Amino acid sequence: MTLDQTAFFILSALALVSGILVITRRNVVHSVIWLIVTLFSVAGIFLLLQAEFLFAVQIILYVGGIMVLFLFAVMLVNVEASLKEARFNRQWGLALGTSLLLLAELAYGVYKGRHGFRLVQASLAAGGPTSNTRIIGSALYGNYMLPVEIASVLLLVAMVGAVIMTKRRLF
Amino acid sequence: MIPTDWFLLLGTGLFTIGVIGVLSRRNVLVILMSIELILNAVNINLVAFSHYLRSIDGQIFAIFVITDAAAEAAIGLGLIIALFRNKETVNADEINLLKW
Repeated sequence: MTLDQTAFFILSALALVSGILVITRRNVVHSVIWLIVTLFSVAGIFLLLQAEFLFAVQIILYVGGIMVLFLFAVMLVNVEASLKEARFNRQWGLALGTSLLLLAELAYGVYKGRHGFRLVQASLAAGGPTSNTRIIGSALYGNYMLPVEIASVLLLVAMVGAVIMTKRRLF
Repeated sequence: MIPTDWFLLLGTGLFTIGVIGVLSRRNVLVILMSIELILNAVNINLVAFSHYLRSIDGQIFAIFVITDAAAEAAIGLGLIIALFRNKETVNADEINLLKW
């Protein structure tokens, strides 16, 4: 087993175990902390896949931005009341069974088709000294110009919507 | 070298954990966090195929997925705070105003 395979196993085990802990902890603050661990492991997976820009975006935007937002929301709602209540709803057994069936189905599909994608020899930046960030930048401002503009409008709408919904009295 | 199907299996596992969380938890905040897990599983698949096909498009799509996750988190948390202010609960099965 090579070094990068060992790193993959460590990172994926960390991601899966902390993902399970996210959905089973009783305290919501603990769930947020374990979700941060999962996001860091996924960032490491991105680094293994030679996506350096996404690695940085994952840490800065997800861990630094979205998770802080989650922590603020957890502090604003009542944490102590949910510590004494039931964690799972009534249909959790059915949900678990159906999801595990889905997992078996998807894993069987990937296992049967695994010969379709085998070892990758060259990396994305193999053609020259061009960096991953440079390729992404020229793609975002070249082919994907219109989607970037639409995404900016989406973010503006989300910002205005969040302000309107959390405000007590609008006018 | 890591085979591409390992990444797909990891994405499958994270996706299933997220689906279990969405379907079985009562707390709306944990349901939103499970949605973030599902989006991360999708991102792993996109970046794995981007690496496999030697094309940048998968990573661009992952960036757009992260953008959507940020917008969804802002809107969802605003909804949860407004809901908690009106109903004094964050449990999904106690919010049954439209049920008869």
